[in-house]
Amino acid sequence: MKFRTRAIHVGNERDEQTGAVVPPIHMATTYVQHHAGEWREFDYARSGNPTRKNLEQTLASLESGTAALAFSSGMAATHCVTMLLESGDHIVAGSDIYGGTYRLLHKIVNRTGVSVSLTSTGDLDEFERAITPQTKLLWLESPGNPLMSITDLKACVEIAKRHGVLTAIDNTFATPVLTRPLELGIDIVMHSATKYLGGHSDALGGAIVVSERELYDRLYFIQNATGAVMGPFESFLMSRGLKTLELRVREQCRTAQRLAEFLESDSRIQRVLYPGLSSHPGHEVATGQMNGGYGAMLSFEVVGDFAKTKRVAESTKLFQLAVSLGAVESLIEQPAAMSHASYDAADRLSHGIRDELIRISVGLEAFEDLRDDLDQALNA
Amino acid sequence: MQTRLSSDSQETGPQPRRRGESTLAVHAGEAHQKLADSITDPIICASTFTFPNTQAIIDYIEEKQPREEYGRYGNPGEKVVERKLAELEGGEEALLFASGMAAIVGLLMAKLNAGDEVVFFDECYHRSREFCSKHLSRYGVVTRQVKACDYDAMEAAVNDRTKLLVSESPTNPHLSIVDLERFAAIGKRRGVETLIDATLATPYNVRPLEYGVDYVLHSATKYLAGHNDLLAGVIIGSKEQMEPVRNLRGIMGAISSAHNIYLLERGIKTFGLRTQRQNANGQAIAEFLAKHPRIESVYYPGLESHPYHEVARRTMRGFGGLVTFLVKDADWRATANIVDAVTIPRIAPSLGGVESLIEQPLVMSYYECTPEERRQFGIPDNMIRYSCGIENADDLIADLEQALRA
Repeated sequence: MKFRTRAIHVGNERDEQTGAVVPPIHMATTYVQHHAGEWREFDYARSGNPTRKNLEQTLASLESGTAALAFSSGMAATHCVTMLLESGDHIVAGSDIYGGTYRLLHKIVNRTGVSVSLTSTGDLDEFERAITPQTKLLWLESPGNPLMSITDLKACVEIAKRHGVLTAIDNTFATPVLTRPLELGIDIVMHSATKYLGGHSDALGGAIVVSERELYDRLYFIQNATGAVMGPFESFLMSRGLKTLELRVREQCRTAQRLAEFLESDSRIQRVLYPGLSSHPGHEVATGQMNGGYGAMLSFEVVGDFAKTKRVAESTKLFQLAVSLGAVESLIEQPAAMSHASYDAADRLSHGIRDELIRISVGLEAFEDLRDDLDQALNA
Repeated sequence: MQTRLSSDSQETGPQPRRRGESTLAVHAGEAHQKLADSITDPIICASTFTFPNTQAIIDYIEEKQPREEYGRYGNPGEKVVERKLAELEGGEEALLFASGMAAIVGLLMAKLNAGDEVVFFDECYHRSREFCSKHLSRYGVVTRQVKACDYDAMEAAVNDRTKLLVSESPTNPHLSIVDLERFAAIGKRRGVETLIDATLATPYNVRPLEYGVDYVLHSATKYLAGHNDLLAGVIIGSKEQMEPVRNLRGIMGAISSAHNIYLLERGIKTFGLRTQRQNANGQAIAEFLAKHPRIESVYYPGLESHPYHEVARRTMRGFGGLVTFLVKDADWRATANIVDAVTIPRIAPSLGGVESLIEQPLVMSYYECTPEERRQFGIPDNMIRYSCGIENADDLIADLEQALRA
């Protein structure tokens, strides 16, 4: 079955007892057993819940994996992956990554004796040189946040294989509609399900999807032991959101492409960072790696200073000033002041996040309405 | 602060162009800045709303301060969805109900008195007609039915006691298309209000109010909510005409719950996208079936062979996700075998959700009718109704193909 059909049907099997076409929401925290010591499929909700399991099945299918785990947030999912490592281990991460991941790696994970190097994935030789004998994990993001840098995933997999290192990718921006990293040989796919997967700005969640059973078992052990599981209501809303995932993402990509072209030709803009533009350094890799669209996130630098940029971000009417992304409503933000404020100021600049940078998340609104809104805001 | 999108954006200059369906679906009716600055509307479960003091009650009763009072009379989330639906239909006021049937019953009860008459096109949802003929008749309301799309017969059935003309468009399951201009014109000429149940059309495909129809009805359970996971109904009309309906709803209490309202609001956000896709799937499946040797005929307004194709092309932007067809040389059992052999659509009543559904009207809705009654209703034994979801058309067609081979 095709992607969209699976998004609707896999994991959403008809409820045998009632015939309900949408599976019920199971709120129970514990499950009655038939015999002491003989566990049935579900025992305690942290270890497993039917509503969460349905979602995990759908996610595994959409990412072409064998199993998935749903978490209470994207950060909980990322944290679970880092807990595969031990004191003395080393992580090499791309430099264009979510601010929260930066913070987790540099201010929490480092406390357990795991060290981190951030390296641009633009130069893969340099990226490979950052790998040491202690390196156990490559953490990637593509498109990167907020500069929309594109990482060549196949090339990274080859590097990782050479060094016997696990690869993990935050696939939040691309979504499995556009890129399925497991098919390219990546070991672990992570999502902030809060974004495109849920898609309606109304549920927090994270996910991990893998191909290897043994790796799943290790991750499941950590999740069950540490307990950051997704709740039943959120699982239901996520499953409901996934049913329109492909429709939403494809439409949002189309609108983003048109907005990027509009902005690129505007004299009030210094430059537009969108992998769908031929001017983008990652355009070629993205064309090979992203299926039929370049994502619905784009960044641009306005002509002006921090204050001017702030005014633009505050002057839109349809684009709402908020962090987060990936939902039906379009959002706008200034990374230096918002999503990437958790970077140290010097690190932020050295990673190319300038004060005049604006990031937009393109929602489902009509292109003409969004274009007119940006057009008037740029005069602020 | 109120929404910057709807009526108040019109204060800033010349009439702005109508915003796109997707923009309206996502934003219309919502405040730009919401409670606690959250991007989505809160689910307000309150059964009652508190007043800070006695003067506040008096101000409310004297209509100096609009606000909520008791859950049966209104809920903030309900008002948001009502404004959203009113904007999508291009109407002034929308009223939400617990189900589509609760909505039409609410309107009929508000508008009709003993001795009044209502005229239906005979392909309307049979439960609506049944309510009129079996229940409203107990209150002395007379129901007349004329053949669907026979405008002369409808006009001939109007007399000085007639208060309401009712039709669906497209009708279910025959998918006949009403010429809304002609239908509305009869009402205008004869001073009778008109109601169109546009559940199957959706405001993406046609907006009956633009043709002069007085009320639009939806079972919002279907395309508007779109996920087969809640029940709701809505009527849209002018503020003045809806006033008595609102008052009666407050008394009868067939309201939508706060949780349902949230799911409905969330569902509407992708309404435009879903409907587009369902239109495309409907057309693809209709074309596939029309060419299939085991199929006797296909009812789909997007096919040139459809008797109302011309009207549909003139008035509709897309032709919807419902496809009805007859199986060649099949009795009811052979027809049922096809229904049982498909694997993607679930066998169930209802329609309009993301999951495709299939049913045999004879079994699902008309099983207890006599063969003569079914003939009257135009429900042959070999009829199948297919409600397209948003799955890939290729998958749905491959599945139908194997079921027709079975």
